[in-house]
Amino acid sequence: MGAFADAARSAWGLIATGDAALLDIVGLSLAVSLSAVACATVVGLPLGAALAIGRFPGRRAIVILLNALMGLPPVVVGLAVYLMLSRAGPLGAFGLLFTPGAMVIAQTILVLPIIAALCRQAVDDAWAEYEEQLRSLGASGFGAALTLVWDIRFSLLTAILAGLGRASAEVGAVMIVGGNIDGVTRVMTTAIALETSKGDLPLALALGGVLILLVIALNAVAHVVKDAAQRRYG
Amino acid sequence: MDLSRRALVALAAACALVTAHAQSTYITVASTTSTEQSGLFKHLLPVFEKKYAIQVRVVALGTGQALDMGRRGDADVVFVHARPLEERFVAEGFGVQRLDVMYNDFVLIGPQSDPAKVAGGKDIVEAFRKIYAAQAAFVSRGDRSGTHFAELALWKSSGIDIAAAKGAWYRDTGQGMGPALNSAAGMGAYILADRGTWLSFRNRADLAIAVQGDARLFNQYGVMLVNPAKFPSVKQGAAQAFIDWLVSAEGQGAIAAYRIGGEPLFFPNAKN
Repeated sequence: MGAFADAARSAWGLIATGDAALLDIVGLSLAVSLSAVACATVVGLPLGAALAIGRFPGRRAIVILLNALMGLPPVVVGLAVYLMLSRAGPLGAFGLLFTPGAMVIAQTILVLPIIAALCRQAVDDAWAEYEEQLRSLGASGFGAALTLVWDIRFSLLTAILAGLGRASAEVGAVMIVGGNIDGVTRVMTTAIALETSKGDLPLALALGGVLILLVIALNAVAHVVKDAAQRRYG
Repeated sequence: MDLSRRALVALAAACALVTAHAQSTYITVASTTSTEQSGLFKHLLPVFEKKYAIQVRVVALGTGQALDMGRRGDADVVFVHARPLEERFVAEGFGVQRLDVMYNDFVLIGPQSDPAKVAGGKDIVEAFRKIYAAQAAFVSRGDRSGTHFAELALWKSSGIDIAAAKGAWYRDTGQGMGPALNSAAGMGAYILADRGTWLSFRNRADLAIAVQGDARLFNQYGVMLVNPAKFPSVKQGAAQAFIDWLVSAEGQGAIAAYRIGGEPLFFPNAKN
């Protein structure tokens, strides 16, 4: 239990002193994961809504695939993105490997199926409830989808937060495509992996504590914003 | 709409932050976990970066993986420790020239209970035979790293065909040096480690050095420029400046000055 006490003490020390290296790492973690979630949201919500309301051949297969892809192993995504972005790979000329941009791409791929699949389910449920009503109002498929997404926008927040949880927690993909370069691509999870490698378990655990606090804070902010918005526009 | 516009602004700011890092001149160095995790780069790089205004970005992998990174053109410089593999890398045309930089040595780490009775010995090959005879737990890196290759060479010198001889006692972990040491600490197993990582490793539990000082435990590090003729993306000027500095009197002095608890971790031995 000594390790946990040490960890709690050094976690507090890191936060209380506003450790500059830690702030950089936290900032980059936030920038990378929030960018990835933003990109995945822009693509994932329309995709999920289209799958919920559209009727076309192969739709069921796509839905099954999307649900399965929620469990994409980060290491595999990291490896695939690595091979694409490598100088010897098809997108090598852009020189994106080992940059935060590469990390955003990898995390977007990881997060997209989660947001799209959860959005599809939510819109599907709402569609089952309001289909007749919307049809009687003469809404087209596209118009109906828009109305529904807008109607359940607050529940979709949970889908986005689930995506954020995935992005901020994963280490396998960002480690491979980012390279865990000090001051450039080191984020919370790769820093934790590094300290574990160095055998500094209390510091690794302390960083883990800071990461969890950060995720809780993000969720709290999202919740408060949602409540305020709901009161105002609900 | 206002909310979404604000979100866009935030996203743009995040992207700006992300790309701001990529402005200054930098080179990418593929190196080993031993040089990174021992703290050597944290000591060396600020000295070089200040003088040349070139940022050095280190990606720490096993030697085999680091060389593969060079083979794909994803690094400008490769700085590793497995001479035969490095020479093949240069012979294949991926590296321009291999230069000696420094050395340290491997040490056999083991539990203080010493089930194979090897502690205090000076003959590493004899120790490997005893571990095999006692079927004492042994953790292998198993990750094509420089240390893994050194371990395999020692089994060979011991006359033990490890591919055939391995059993439950031989634990092939496929991990970096630090995680493998964590595993060995948890299992009370023997493990071959580089001295640098061992000296800076914190979670030692019951482990201690069992065998050291055998000439066969010598561990040479070499540096190579990735061939710009093969990969035009290689930043030849900046990368060559880093290599030249490493083998210069100043770079060699900086390597010698890195110590933990008064003990040097690496000994410079560049040839000029």
